[in-house]
Amino acid sequence: MASPQPRIGVVTYPGSQDDRDALWALAALDAEAVPVWHEERELPDLDAVVLPGGFSYGDHLRCGAIARFSPATAAVRELADAGGLVLGICNGFQILCEAGLLPGALLRNESLRFVCRDVPVTVERNDLPFTSRCTTGRRLVLPVKHGDGRYLPPPDLDPAQVVLRYVDNPNGSVGGIAGVCNEAGNVMGLMPHPEHAVDPLLGSDDGALLLASLVDAARGRVLAAI
Amino acid sequence: MKATVLVRPKPGILDPQGEAVGSALGQLGFDVRDARVGKVIDLELEAADETAAKAEVQRMCERLLANPLIESYEVEIVG
Repeated sequence: MASPQPRIGVVTYPGSQDDRDALWALAALDAEAVPVWHEERELPDLDAVVLPGGFSYGDHLRCGAIARFSPATAAVRELADAGGLVLGICNGFQILCEAGLLPGALLRNESLRFVCRDVPVTVERNDLPFTSRCTTGRRLVLPVKHGDGRYLPPPDLDPAQVVLRYVDNPNGSVGGIAGVCNEAGNVMGLMPHPEHAVDPLLGSDDGALLLASLVDAARGRVLAAI
Repeated sequence: MKATVLVRPKPGILDPQGEAVGSALGQLGFDVRDARVGKVIDLELEAADETAAKAEVQRMCERLLANPLIESYEVEIVG
């Protein structure tokens, strides 16, 4: 039997920018990439969902603060609560924090400057659906492009929830944290962009390790359900 | 009924905008020890009285206007 193609949704909010790259990258990694419009109250039978980067609702008030109330985000919350896999990239990470699906908040970069460059990050744990193709301690080169990426963890953050750390902190994040997961490990957010780094032509294909991990995990869930 | 909400970065939260403003004021010759930058949100709402308006705006702050992890807020009903 052919290996099943997992269905992974990518939500497009007004102001999302990286939704197409995320769809392209997931399809290149052999997932069925499904566009989801922000007004959809129900997700179309998905095995995982990605919240992409961009400036949802113009980033008004606080980044992610308005997107948190969109119908699709309510559906994503239900998926996450049921143990479904959710990955938030950049603005998607900000939305997940504002929605309370991930701990902490993302603030204006310490430098007050927008940073846009490739940065190395270290994988802190590889026992997650998002990092299974990496070894712990592995260095990934991924692009960042954000003005509000300074991660502030809540005072009681379990250090085990840190998934990625910057090697050279580009934004003043506390502890150099670049990516975190929820306690259950089925929701992850990160500021760097794996979807922009899935082909050596783009400068790095390290992002494919994270996204292919997600595709593997989603496929595993399809197989388990058969 | 009109209300004004002041949203401030919580004490201890690094505020680079405030630092930039403080340093610019210092360069202008002002003797400023600390500057913090927050937000003002003016609202017009329907409410039976001031107490009801204040309670309603506080609910707005909890749900949307402020992020309790990083910001504190103050509600003023201005009539």
